[in-house]
Amino acid sequence: MKSEEELFNILKTKFNENVIKLVKQPIDPFIICDPLMINEISLYLLSNEELLFDNLMNLSGVDDANGKSTPIEGIATIEGGTLSVYYHLESTKFRHKVVLKVCTPREKPEVASVALVWRSADWHEREAYDLLGIKFLNHPDLRRILMPYDWEAGYPLRKDYANPEFYHGMKVPY
Amino acid sequence: MAIKTEEMVLNMGPQHPSTHGVLRLELVLEGEIIQKVIPHIGYLHRCFEKHCEAMTYPQVIPYTDRMDYLAAMGNEFGYAITVEKLLGIQLPERVEYIRVIMGELQRIASHLVAIGTYGADIGAMTPFLFAFRDREVILNLFEITCGARMLYNYIWVGGLSHDLHPDFVRLTREFIKYFRPKIVEMNELLSTNRIFIERTANVGVLPLETAINFGITGPMLRGSGFKWDLRRDDTYSVYNKFDFDIPVGEGKVGTVGDCWDRYYVRILEMGESLKIIEQALDQLPEGDVTSAIPKRIKPPVGSVYKRVENPRGELGYFIISNGTTSPFRVKVRAPSFVNLGIMDVLCKNHMVADVIAILGSVDIVLGEVDR
Repeated sequence: MKSEEELFNILKTKFNENVIKLVKQPIDPFIICDPLMINEISLYLLSNEELLFDNLMNLSGVDDANGKSTPIEGIATIEGGTLSVYYHLESTKFRHKVVLKVCTPREKPEVASVALVWRSADWHEREAYDLLGIKFLNHPDLRRILMPYDWEAGYPLRKDYANPEFYHGMKVPY
Repeated sequence: MAIKTEEMVLNMGPQHPSTHGVLRLELVLEGEIIQKVIPHIGYLHRCFEKHCEAMTYPQVIPYTDRMDYLAAMGNEFGYAITVEKLLGIQLPERVEYIRVIMGELQRIASHLVAIGTYGADIGAMTPFLFAFRDREVILNLFEITCGARMLYNYIWVGGLSHDLHPDFVRLTREFIKYFRPKIVEMNELLSTNRIFIERTANVGVLPLETAINFGITGPMLRGSGFKWDLRRDDTYSVYNKFDFDIPVGEGKVGTVGDCWDRYYVRILEMGESLKIIEQALDQLPEGDVTSAIPKRIKPPVGSVYKRVENPRGELGYFIISNGTTSPFRVKVRAPSFVNLGIMDVLCKNHMVADVIAILGSVDIVLGEVDR
């Protein structure tokens, strides 16, 4: 069992500026990392003998909605701000847990994929891509998963998403 | 003349009785051997997570029912304890015990469907009818408790919607007495059936390391021989007060981690659930089940990930609160969603007919896969 601070210090010495900071909160403190280095950090967490984070419990994309919000014709449009991905990891051997977070700008949301480190990340990343438009670099098969393959009206879980009026030329009835 | 071979693509579903819902599997075949399985999901997608952002915390509960509709109590349970952790409230003992009883009854009901439909998929119709007959008794118990048979809205944040019916304890004890011999009957009827064993033993073997890397949980992971149960390994509610075993796959009729092992773990788990219910009924304390329900749920700013052992595996809720009365983001880690991702690995180099045996042993609920 290692505490968050110990884990943070281990990662900080190994990856230096790519591990940004430890955010302390009463429940589930998390470590903010560099989005383009997250695959290497993950590989280290998985393969290091003393860490062995072999189980990716959950991977969730989040729209932080911290940009400038300006209502245009009643629809809130967000400029700037970030999208984030949270990784909840666990070691089935040592029973310690850690939460990682990466932030990426809204205009060019790119995060390195961890699908080849933990195969369970494959579908989770496809879901985050599908619903939030986060691009996972080097993902083996980045397609939409829950929405139709020909969906063109954007990414539903973004805070500034507006329902489309037409779908394939048909009026949407609401 | 040279013989030319080429791959064939076969679509299984979306309308197919053994896909347990609307799931399309794209099978790439060479002759009758599976080269690749590509699952296409999303036919039941209704964006539960987006809905939550427009609801207050208590309003989300009926929506959680509709994810894994065969284990609705488990979904409510998970959501309630996640929000309670965010709020930091303590519950009366009675609430915790009733939740455990409901959760375990639901586990039996859900496993009965899994076992029954698994038999039906493979061609044994009788166990299906037997399983549904017994599940009916559990649904009647739920009905006298909260009025609903499938989608309960019973476990609320901070408590329960109703106290138990005066007859509940007696009827549940009767059910336990009634159900124990039925498990033996099911073993005679299906588990040891020669045809059933031929169809499931040594089929779709899942090695443990692959299972963990793919994030597989629940009876599937235990079928591969790993003693991992969140009720014990990341305990929640009052599960640490009960004595129960964690059954694992042993490869009794084939290899460890085959379809039969996954099936048999479910049978054994029903017996363990009966044990838990029995102990919980014995210790059931008195008290008021609605006293701790907060008038207004407004958690402090923060994020939390909490998970429970649902019949299908680890059900996790990741909730971010921004200090208002509705959640800022809810992400559900649905066990079926993650477990389905391994289909390609399990089916490789098997026959087409084995896909049905393997899919049945994964035991998915599409309402939860697509959310």
